[in-house]
Amino acid sequence: MPKLVFLATDLVLFLLLAGVAFYAWHATRTPTLRQTWRSVLHDATAMSAAVVLTVFLLLAVLDSVHYRPLLAPAEGAAADAAPAYSTKTLSLLDALLSGPRESREKTYSIPLGTHQFSKESMLVDGKSIRDFPRLKFGGAGLQNPQTDWAPDVISRSVTGLLGGALAAAALWWAVALIRAKSLAVPVGNSLRLIWRCQTDVPWRAILLTASVLLLIGGWIAALWPHYHVLGTDQTGNDILFNAIKSIRTAVVIGSFATLATLPFAIGFGLAAGYYKGRVDDVIQYIYTVLSSIPSVLLIAAFVLMIQVFIDKSPNLFETGLERADIRLFLLSGILGITGWAGLARLLRAETLKLTELDYVQAARAFGVSDFGIMRRHILPNVMHVVLIVAVLEFSGLVLYEAVLSYVGVGVDPSTNSFGTMINSARSELSRDPTVWWNLLAAFGFMVTFVLSMQLFASAVREAFDPRARAFRPQRKMPSQSKLAITAREQGR
Amino acid sequence: MLQIDNLTTDLDADSGMVRAVDALSLTIERGETFALVGESGCGKSMTALSILRLLPDSGRVSSGSVRIADVDVIQLPESSMRDVRGRRISIIFQEPSTSLNPVMTVGRQITEVIERHTRISGEAALAKAIEWLGRVGIPEPARRVGDYPFQLSGGQKQRVMIAIALAAEPDIVIADEPTTALDVTIQAQILDLLTELQAAQGMAILLITHDLAIVKKMAHRVAMMYAGQIVEVASVGEFFSAPLHPYAVNLFQALPDTAKRGQRLASIPGSVPPLNQIFVGCRFADRCSNVMDRCRNHPPQLIDARPQHAVRCALYDQTNANDSAASVFAAAPDLPPDSPAGEIILDVRDYRVWFPIRKGLLKRTVGHVKAVDGVTFSIRAGRTLALVGESGSGKTTVGKALLQLLRNAAEISGSVSLQGKSLAQLEGDDLREVRRVAQIVFQDPFASLNPRMRVNEILEEGVASLCPTVNARQRSDRIAAMLDRVGLRRDALTRYPHEFSGGQRQRLAIARALAVEPRLIVADEPTSALDVSVQAQILNLLKELQHELGVAFLFITHNFGVVEYLAHEIAVMKNGKLVEHGSAEQILGRPQHEYTQSLLAAVPRLNS
Amino acid sequence: MIDYIIRRIGYGVLILIGVNLFTFLLFFSVNTPDDMARMSIGGKRVSDDAIVKWKVARGYDKPLVWNASASGVEKLTDTIFVARSLPLFALDFGSSDSGRDIGYEIKQRMWPSLALAAPTFVLGVFAVIVASLLLVFFRNTYLEFWGFTFAVFLMSISSLFYILMGQFFFSRVLKLVPISGYSGGSDLFVFLALPVLIGIVSRLGSDSLFYRTLFLEEIGKDYVRTARSKGLSETVVLFRHVLRNALLPILTSTVAVLPLLFMGALIMESFFGIPGLGGYTIEAINAQDFAIVRSMVFIGSVLYIVGLILTDISYTLADPRIRLR
Repeated sequence: MPKLVFLATDLVLFLLLAGVAFYAWHATRTPTLRQTWRSVLHDATAMSAAVVLTVFLLLAVLDSVHYRPLLAPAEGAAADAAPAYSTKTLSLLDALLSGPRESREKTYSIPLGTHQFSKESMLVDGKSIRDFPRLKFGGAGLQNPQTDWAPDVISRSVTGLLGGALAAAALWWAVALIRAKSLAVPVGNSLRLIWRCQTDVPWRAILLTASVLLLIGGWIAALWPHYHVLGTDQTGNDILFNAIKSIRTAVVIGSFATLATLPFAIGFGLAAGYYKGRVDDVIQYIYTVLSSIPSVLLIAAFVLMIQVFIDKSPNLFETGLERADIRLFLLSGILGITGWAGLARLLRAETLKLTELDYVQAARAFGVSDFGIMRRHILPNVMHVVLIVAVLEFSGLVLYEAVLSYVGVGVDPSTNSFGTMINSARSELSRDPTVWWNLLAAFGFMVTFVLSMQLFASAVREAFDPRARAFRPQRKMPSQSKLAITAREQGR
Repeated sequence: MLQIDNLTTDLDADSGMVRAVDALSLTIERGETFALVGESGCGKSMTALSILRLLPDSGRVSSGSVRIADVDVIQLPESSMRDVRGRRISIIFQEPSTSLNPVMTVGRQITEVIERHTRISGEAALAKAIEWLGRVGIPEPARRVGDYPFQLSGGQKQRVMIAIALAAEPDIVIADEPTTALDVTIQAQILDLLTELQAAQGMAILLITHDLAIVKKMAHRVAMMYAGQIVEVASVGEFFSAPLHPYAVNLFQALPDTAKRGQRLASIPGSVPPLNQIFVGCRFADRCSNVMDRCRNHPPQLIDARPQHAVRCALYDQTNANDSAASVFAAAPDLPPDSPAGEIILDVRDYRVWFPIRKGLLKRTVGHVKAVDGVTFSIRAGRTLALVGESGSGKTTVGKALLQLLRNAAEISGSVSLQGKSLAQLEGDDLREVRRVAQIVFQDPFASLNPRMRVNEILEEGVASLCPTVNARQRSDRIAAMLDRVGLRRDALTRYPHEFSGGQRQRLAIARALAVEPRLIVADEPTSALDVSVQAQILNLLKELQHELGVAFLFITHNFGVVEYLAHEIAVMKNGKLVEHGSAEQILGRPQHEYTQSLLAAVPRLNS
Repeated sequence: MIDYIIRRIGYGVLILIGVNLFTFLLFFSVNTPDDMARMSIGGKRVSDDAIVKWKVARGYDKPLVWNASASGVEKLTDTIFVARSLPLFALDFGSSDSGRDIGYEIKQRMWPSLALAAPTFVLGVFAVIVASLLLVFFRNTYLEFWGFTFAVFLMSISSLFYILMGQFFFSRVLKLVPISGYSGGSDLFVFLALPVLIGIVSRLGSDSLFYRTLFLEEIGKDYVRTARSKGLSETVVLFRHVLRNALLPILTSTVAVLPLLFMGALIMESFFGIPGLGGYTIEAINAQDFAIVRSMVFIGSVLYIVGLILTDISYTLADPRIRLR
């Protein structure tokens, strides 16, 4: 049995997942919430984004189950000797992708390359020459890269894409079958309904997105064991692997930093709006002070502080990974502590409005305690603001991480993150010839992630904040007969 | 002049496609005032917006025509339609405080219309604007022309709105609830102004309102709408003397006034059906006391029951010979006589509620808004005191302050005692003890129930907080009993407020207050957000409760019909002070104070 | 009015004291006087004596914020906090760890920062208003849908990408402008063109979506319906009625950031080698030079507060409802 390791951020992430699960359960039980979320569920763009986000989240979760592998018992050790564990902490994702993780080259190589990017002195047939050496792993199986490379890549690509297409077809069929069962119609009809967008949940968009992801996945699966699909970085690490590892950092920063703002924002915002007067003055003072300090400087100060703390107490952490992780954990916390002013201000304004509402007055007339009123009457009615801001904030924080890493107050340099990838890209772009694939990988992953999050967020916002109604294509005016059908359905 | 044929308007609402206006036809003659009357959501405002083609993005006219001098404006290209708006046909909206551009002077807002539709511009247009301001009764028009809307009172803003609507001398003016947002004295002035201007300009007015008294005062002909359709069209004289449609008849019986004191009001059960469905029968069938089998599956047509008097009801369909319709409308049963007044429940002496005006860094108090300034009255068990006044008179503040809801916000002096206990010094549990005695029901049934709580949670909250000796079992029994008492089904307990209509929500609010067994209920405009038919249900309920439980009501309202029907005593409030206070007969019959007299004179009446 | 401004300034000073206390505690807990002494004396083995001497010489031997041994008001004033904070209010920033005069540096670096930030800001606001007005004008058409999606796409891209890509294409591939650097005079344009362009594009997406919601909110209001009922054309309604009202929040949110333009653009300056305050700050953070960082925090807060006051004033000037009250 390997020894499970729970890093601080792992725990937070699992806690967060549990929180989301609880919210989902709660939402399905609350008709108003269910109604609102239904409009998100029926939004094709949002659901496509959700598919992508699910994949990203899954990767992040896989990368958050950490363990230290059991070492083979030393030779001649007693049978009942205490098991020895590796000093290296791995995640499930590391184990799944052990191939790419371990196939380390010496330095840069281009995507799908077979040779190193820079020349090197080699001994060939006893003579010393300067040439591009073959990669240790990338395309290692090829006898003669010049002639074999293209056919090999093409045939593998085709196999991969075919596999992906097969999986996608299976998925379409499975969804159609399940829907057919519940609607009691033939599978063909069900499939046709999906394709013609005549379903409540936009299955066509969901399935198309999933199909694209499966095709990409199939292609990668076919090529990755034999090539570095997105090349390697300066120290020869596989870039696709790095990018996938970076997802977890982005998810942790985005979610945990948002989570960390909530106690401050909700506590202070509600208190200021509810008690008004002096309490309000003091809280307003605090957040004006906080927001008057340039945020990067504030964060920098905090980060330098935790760096000192980490440096001074090296015994606290068993492995380098734990140290890097505690820095990530604290960084997210700092982003939370420094970033609550905006939400608090919104919640204060919203609470001010709510306290004037009759149901709050009615509760007061019943002598309900202040805390009771805030918990039962105010908090549930400002949660939509919290939700909207949280999903919007998430993507902003992912972007912010890159900036902070550039300034030097971001994550630990040993932690994989989009910020560190972009950071190194700066010098790579000025090389000649240019090393472009590192930046491209970071760009591709980050844009996909943030864009999905933004699109999802805007759908959530639209659902929860009627003022933010974005463009909605005009529904076709149904003919009388169709209206009659819907009327009958409602009557049922 | 204006001829509307088969106008049908659809709205793409969250609940699906809604047919807001269904095949509406009417004609309006030059110089005529035609009233479109109906309860909220019946499609009367949508009709107005359809005529002007100003529907919201989600709506559109799906068929029919609107002819102004034989031009179908529905078919006009948008650019030509703009020449029609303001010039041929213009509109006065309901809410003067939001309908004017806040950062533009009123003069500019008037000249804009003049310059758009006539050749007059610049100084001449400004002079014209000043002239119009004078004509709509704004004093010192030359000076006020440079004012911004916020510098005018509500009534003045509506006058400016009228000036804007008339500035290009249109043939037809649509007045969409032009006085609903105004106080009764201002309402009278604005209505008089409209009549005057009509006489001078000769334009036709399409008056849209929910208030039958205003129709009677203003209109020549009237069309009543129900659920998107016109159900009755007649001249005003005939409509008010001999209404035909059961809905209209019921509405008249549901209107509270002096004559109906001591009777139950005829209320119409249920509420208006949602419009996102196809109707197979009569839309009123479910609420109609005269419903017949054929009403359920044959949509009635608008037929001429008498000359110039059309009605959409199967009762009058000659092919379906039946007994005369009118006989079916029975008079409402009487209520038992009022029980004698009990002991004094609430006693208020020289009560003042001053809101401090704070200024400066240290928030020093530099002055006070004297919302309530020396008010004295008392209420006995089983009696109803109506506190009457216009907006800003401080009547709502009295109610809230009495219930100790303004303790932190205002400086309060004077004494309040509930059942002999003085309230001002009480804190904590003692205060909670007294809170059981007095409870409150608010105006807006949509704001008074927390949308995130289930009905049983809402009803339980007060009992749990104020009656700690009641255990959970007794609590749920009591709540169920209350629900029965206010006439709601027990399955309401697990539902959320949004699933109920306005009237049902108000019942819930009453049940919530009753659950702690109070002796006094402060009812703050409890029916002013409700339609007449639903208002009658609530008023009946309140009367019944008073009979059975001997509860006293402090009834805060601006609606004189309700006051006349309900109150034992009346207190008239103005600028924080009581100007007159006495028994209902005395105040309504022989008002002493000038203000009371002017207030009573301004109320439009059906039977005058 | 004057009275009001004086009051706001009073509040601003109160905020600044708070900012100072906060940063002071933060920095001195990271970098205690002992650490400073050890650092500045140098060497590995520093005797405690030397540290105490160093502290006495520089006034760091006093308590941080509360001097219990002093009497009266000196309990508060005879502390490191007051000794270090008061000069800041007189804009005396002292010298950096490397011994250079911070005040002088700031004065020198302020102008390049402004030269970059001001055009970025002005052109940016213009571009954003135009873009958002277009989105509003074409609302409920597919043009808006794609415009909206494109804006979301723009705001999903890290500003670092814009810079790196911009430098790569315009400087390396097309060789239109130098990759980085700064000089006064006629070359200024050449050096600033790219950073200004990137600065505008990187904010275009999010800001135009924000302005769009402001416009849409106004468009839903009753007075717009009144304007349409007058027979005015959509363009007139949009420009004469909606724009005026929506510009109020836009104006004030822009005025609020005006003073902060002096602070410069952190990342942009550092990437493009512009010798402004933004780059200065980043260098200071990397060198862990707390004196500079504290000074920048102070200046940033001062400018933020000036922005708040300007916002209030501009609101009073622009909105008749407040001006005439």
